[in-house]
This record gives sequence, structure tokens and C-alpha cells, in this order.
Amino acid sequence: MQTFSHAVTPAAAGQGQPGEDDVLATLAPRFSVRSAGRSRTVRRAWLDTFDWRLHRAGLTLEHVTGSRPAELVLTGRGGGQVTQQVSRLTWPALAGDLPAGPVRDRLCAAAGIRALLPAARGVSTMQRLRVLNPDTKTIAWLTVDRTAVSYPAAAQLPARYQVTAVRGYQPQAQRVAEILAGVDGTPLASPLDAALAAAGRHAEDYSNKLNVPLSPGMPGRLALRAVLLHLLDSIQANLPGTIKDVDTEFLHDLRVAVRRTRSALKLAGDVLPAGLAARFGPEFKWLGDLTTPTRDLDVYLLGYQDMADGLVSAKPAELAPFHDYLAHQRGVEYRRLARELRSARFSRLAADWRGALNDLAPPVQGPAAAALARERIQRAHRQVLRLGRAITADSPAERLHDLRKRCKELRYLLEFFVSVFDAEAHQRVVKDLKGLQDCLGEFQDRQVQQEELREFASQMLADGDTPVTALLAMGELAGQLGLRQHQARDEFAGRFHEFASLGSERRFRVLTGGPTR
Amino acid sequence: MKILATYNIKGGVGKTATAVNLSYLAAQDGLRVLLWDLDPQAAASYLFRIRPRVKGGGKALIRGSREIDDAIKGTDFEDLDLLPADFTYRNLDLVLDATKKPTRRLARLLAPLSPDYDVIFLDCPPGISLLSESVLQAADCLLVPLIPTVLSVRTLDQLTEFIGGLNGKRPDVLAFFSMIDRRKRLHLDIATQLPKERDDVAATAIPSLSLIERMSLERAPVAAFAPRSRAAQSYRELWSEVKAREL
Repeated sequence: MQTFSHAVTPAAAGQGQPGEDDVLATLAPRFSVRSAGRSRTVRRAWLDTFDWRLHRAGLTLEHVTGSRPAELVLTGRGGGQVTQQVSRLTWPALAGDLPAGPVRDRLCAAAGIRALLPAARGVSTMQRLRVLNPDTKTIAWLTVDRTAVSYPAAAQLPARYQVTAVRGYQPQAQRVAEILAGVDGTPLASPLDAALAAAGRHAEDYSNKLNVPLSPGMPGRLALRAVLLHLLDSIQANLPGTIKDVDTEFLHDLRVAVRRTRSALKLAGDVLPAGLAARFGPEFKWLGDLTTPTRDLDVYLLGYQDMADGLVSAKPAELAPFHDYLAHQRGVEYRRLARELRSARFSRLAADWRGALNDLAPPVQGPAAAALARERIQRAHRQVLRLGRAITADSPAERLHDLRKRCKELRYLLEFFVSVFDAEAHQRVVKDLKGLQDCLGEFQDRQVQQEELREFASQMLADGDTPVTALLAMGELAGQLGLRQHQARDEFAGRFHEFASLGSERRFRVLTGGPTR
Repeated sequence: MKILATYNIKGGVGKTATAVNLSYLAAQDGLRVLLWDLDPQAAASYLFRIRPRVKGGGKALIRGSREIDDAIKGTDFEDLDLLPADFTYRNLDLVLDATKKPTRRLARLLAPLSPDYDVIFLDCPPGISLLSESVLQAADCLLVPLIPTVLSVRTLDQLTEFIGGLNGKRPDVLAFFSMIDRRKRLHLDIATQLPKERDDVAATAIPSLSLIERMSLERAPVAAFAPRSRAAQSYRELWSEVKAREL
């Protein structure tokens, strides 16, 4: 069955929204309309992840509750729908924790590890009508949907008219949709978008990717301020989700924003008034360090199933005590983190930092944004090349760790100033750097995980009651991590060679020496 | 997927009224139902307010040059679709005759619809023809409306004998009395007696009621516009018997 959706917005002429009778009268004389039963009132919640993964994928998820069994309705870009009956759902929820069914299957792929949260809520009255042709045959069903939104702000949405063709009558139903579309013309994107617009918001208003709009000629100090304010917004946006432990990625994004802030202060803090970077740097280090234990345990728990499935000698079930230990430790660390994030120290840091940034005056002198970006990126790039070239097969792991940190700083600089560069040149440079970063990340993360694993094993042994099979399984895990670390080490020379190649160097020169937008 | 055909050599015995009402009741039961109006008089199509026209006519459908799927129309009722009649159906015998294995043709055409429908009703034109033979080969059960006369009982015997002589798959036969006039003693006697004597005659009889004739004014199944009427109740009882035997 083909579905056409159409929404009628307030009439251009006349006062307010066109009444149902006026709208339906436009179908005469070719079509007539008859009631198809009493209207139905349903409660609706539109759900998405905090970073709008469903909306970005062109999906709309609704949880509809009312007189009939509750259902999840997933609508695709083309209007195709998948529905699944559900009972007693509470939000937020991870897609993987939803009852099995076709909607969950699609959501797992789209939402991944991010929790689904209500983006809007409302109550809808749905009136079903038959559209009849001159033979008084029903050729389409017309659903008039009147929705009052209660969250994120109270608002009455314009009525929506949805036309669903009866099989074999698609052309006539299409005509009905066209006549309705002609009532005043403007189709409405979706109830969710309308609900958000009523609250002065829009979908996809959060992303963990940086793209702060800067102009190349603006003072570097003000450009850096814009970046730092954006990062502070990101920290504060992720704070409630981190404290409520909605999903692991709130903490991850908060942590990334803190790390970016620290790098910005380190790499370009000199364009800020004297003493500012030195005053706030240690506080952001405190905040970053605070988040590390919980995040490290999250990484273990997120990758746990893959690790267990990858065991060759031990059985996956033998690793279960390790999972229990991780989950317990994670609970302990999370409570500590949440306590600190609710502390006066954190509130003061956020308020003082915002105040300091807002109070920043334009500098009397200093580099423009583009010049600052070019100079700092060139410097960081040179440093990466110098450190990388000094690494030999015998270099200790610390040298690679240092290089990784410098690569990260270079990457952050590229991200801070993305909007002052040519997009394609920027993309090519990031791609070159990413290859090297992936290799260094794999090397360093596996090393840290091996060290942690030994520490965990010692603690589990000290706590007692840990079966020897669990420790053996963890030993195998450590061996596998070691193997992966070695592989990354073997790959390093090749990856760095690519990064330090003439081609890659030329791409950096094009970016930093080339024309700005 | 079950294929049920309302069939009788005689015309005007209530085949279409039965097909329309039973297909409606089957859909009300939650089954996915298709009714194929094979009669060029197009009464079933008319009762569902659907124009009796198939692009390319019966020839295109039988030869397979037009997908049956494309010709199907939704009725006003959920889960109930109709494959409309077309005036060219009057020549279906000739079209079938030009195909290979004509008596198996309908069965082959309907087989691909099995994922979409639980029950297909075939509303057949009267007579014995190549089309009837193709219907007999396709159907799981023939629903045979009988006027309670001695002659019509004889016709049932002839039909049963004819089916007995068929090669291959033979449909079940379930006859039932239709258009019973309660004022006629003979009607009542035959309609009461015969189901006791024969397994292939249903206990339910459909009375002759003006409400059933009114279907052509309302253009809807009697169970839809007068659900509490005696007529609707009779069809419900008949549908229960059919279900118990065939589904």
C-alpha cells in the first residue's frame, strides 16, 4: 500500500489555520469524504539519540501509546514504516535492550551504543476518514492528525492530513494528496521537526564534531574564544547525561571536549590574556583526570563481548568473573565521578571559565585567525615529523606515546580552525594524519590495556574467590593484546613513511600556505 | 492458501451473494482474502463498487501478459481485495482453449498469490465449460448453492459424478440450500432432510430474504450493512461450517 503524507500549515489568507471543513471541501466535487469511525487519541514520544543518529540517517522513531497496544513506529526517508508492538517501555533505553522485533533490529544498526531519548512528546487526536470517488468507492484513507506538543515546549502543531491509497487506486489517491497540498501549499517536514521548531530548537543541533564558524581575518584571540566557548557548551551539554549515566558516550564526548580545551590552552593559550591559560589549565587537567578511570572501564566493557568471543584456548564463559569485576569497578568509579561533577569545584570551574571567556576583549595586536592557525599547525606538523623520524625499531614505547600525543594535538588544531581552510585540502590532510593516528592509537591502547589487565588480575586475586580459569582467560587476553600491539608496532614504520612522504608534506603545505577561504 | 469456489451449473441460485458475504466474513476473521469475480455479469464487482474492468481483459490475465497482482483492487474493507470482472471474461473458454493444459491454468495463475492471501474465493459464472473445469482443478472446495427442489438435488448428483470422473486433484464439495422460502413446505422438507442424509450438504440454509436482495442497493455485504440481521447470521453460520471443514 502506498502512502502519501501531507501537512497543511496555517492558511496564507484568512485568520489562523484552515478548518477541517474548508480543507475537505477542496476535494469536492470529484471526491467526497465520510467518517470512518470515532477519533482516536494517542500519546506520542519521538525518540532519537543525543547526537541525532536516527535523524541523520533519515529515520523517525515514535513510541505511540493509547487505546490500542503500544507500538514503536520507525519511518524512513521515503515514508516506509516498520512497526512493532511493545509494552511498558521507559526512556532512555538502549536499542539493544528493546524487545526483539523488526524495529529493534533496524534501530540497533542506526543508534549503536547510544541511548534513545525523548526528543519531543505530545498528544495526538487522529480522525480517520474515507475518501470516496464518484462511484462512492473508498479510494483512500485520510487521517487527520492534530497534535499538541508538551515537550520540549507546549505548542499546537498544524493539522496534518495523511492520505493512504487503497490498493489499485494510487493515481486517485495521489490526486487527493495533490488537491490537499494545494490548499495552501507548504508541506511540513515532520511532526518532530515542527515540535522542535516550536521550542526554538532544531534537530541535529548537537554533534561531537567540531566546526566552529570562524572568519580568516578575525583576531586569533576571538577565534580561539569561539572554539573554547563551543567546547564549554559541549562539556555542559554532556554533563546531565554523564551524571545520569544515560549511555557511555556522554562521558566520552565530555572527556573529548575537556581534552580539546586543554590542547587549545597549551597550543594557542598565548593569544589569550596573560595568566588565563595558566589559571585554568590545571583545573581542566583535574577534570580530565577525573574522567579517566570510568572511561577506561567503559572501553573494556564495550569491547568485552568481542574479547570474549576472540578467546581461542579459554571459553568465553570463563571470562565472566572478569566482567563482573569490571562492572563492579565501573559502578564504584562512576559514583565517584558523578559526585565530583556535581561538586562546587566543577560548577565554579564552568562558571568562571565562561565568565572569563565572555569578558575577553579583542586584542590590540596579535595574529588573525588564519595566520594563527597556519603557524600553529605548521609548528605541530614539524614536531610530529621530527619525533617520528627519531623513532627506530629499538625506540622505547614512550617515544611512540609522545608522538601519539603530538599527533592528537595536530589533529585538534586542524579541527579548531577547520572553517578557515579550504574544505577539500583540509580533508586530505586529516586523512593522511588519521592513518598514522590509528596505528599509534592501537599501539598505545593495547599497551595500556595489558598493564591494566595485570593490575585487574592482581586485584581480583587479592579479593579472593577468583577462579583460576578466569585468570588464565585474562592471561590469554593479555597475550592477544600484546600480539595486536606488536602488529601495530610493525606497521608503524610504513604508516609514518606514508605520513612523512613528499605527497603528504605537499598536502600540508597546500593547506597551510595555500589560499584561505 | 485455500481456494474456495462458489459454483453451480444453474444461474440465479445465490453464488455471488455467497461469495461476497463469505469473503467479507473471512476478512473479518482476520484472514487475508481475495475474491475473483469470474462472471462477466460482474455482480460481485458491482456489489463492492469496483468498476468491472481489467486492462488487457481476461486474455492478458490468462496468458500471463498482465500480472494478476496489478489488476487487484482493494475493497472498502480491510484485508479484502477483489480481482474485478471484465466483459471479455465471456470469452475465457476460448482463451483457455488456446493455452497448454487449460484445465490447470487457473491453479497455476493463482499459486504465486499464496504469500499474500490466506483464502481466495472464485465467484464462477453458471454452466459447465472449460473455465468450470479449470476452476474445479484449482479449487480446494466447491461451495454449491442449491434451490431446494428435486431437480437441483439431481444436479448436485451430476456434479459430484462429474468431479468423481476427473483426473488429478478433486475438490471437496459442500452444497448448501439457498433462497429457502419458509412458506413452501417442499423447501423446508428438503432443506431439513437432505443434510441428515448427505455429508456434502451443509446444515446451514440461507433463507430467501429481501435484505439479501437489498445488497444490490446498498452495494455492500449484508453482514456489513445489517450485521445483526437474520441474513447476516445465516451467512455467519455457513462460514463457520466452511471454516470447520476447510480451514
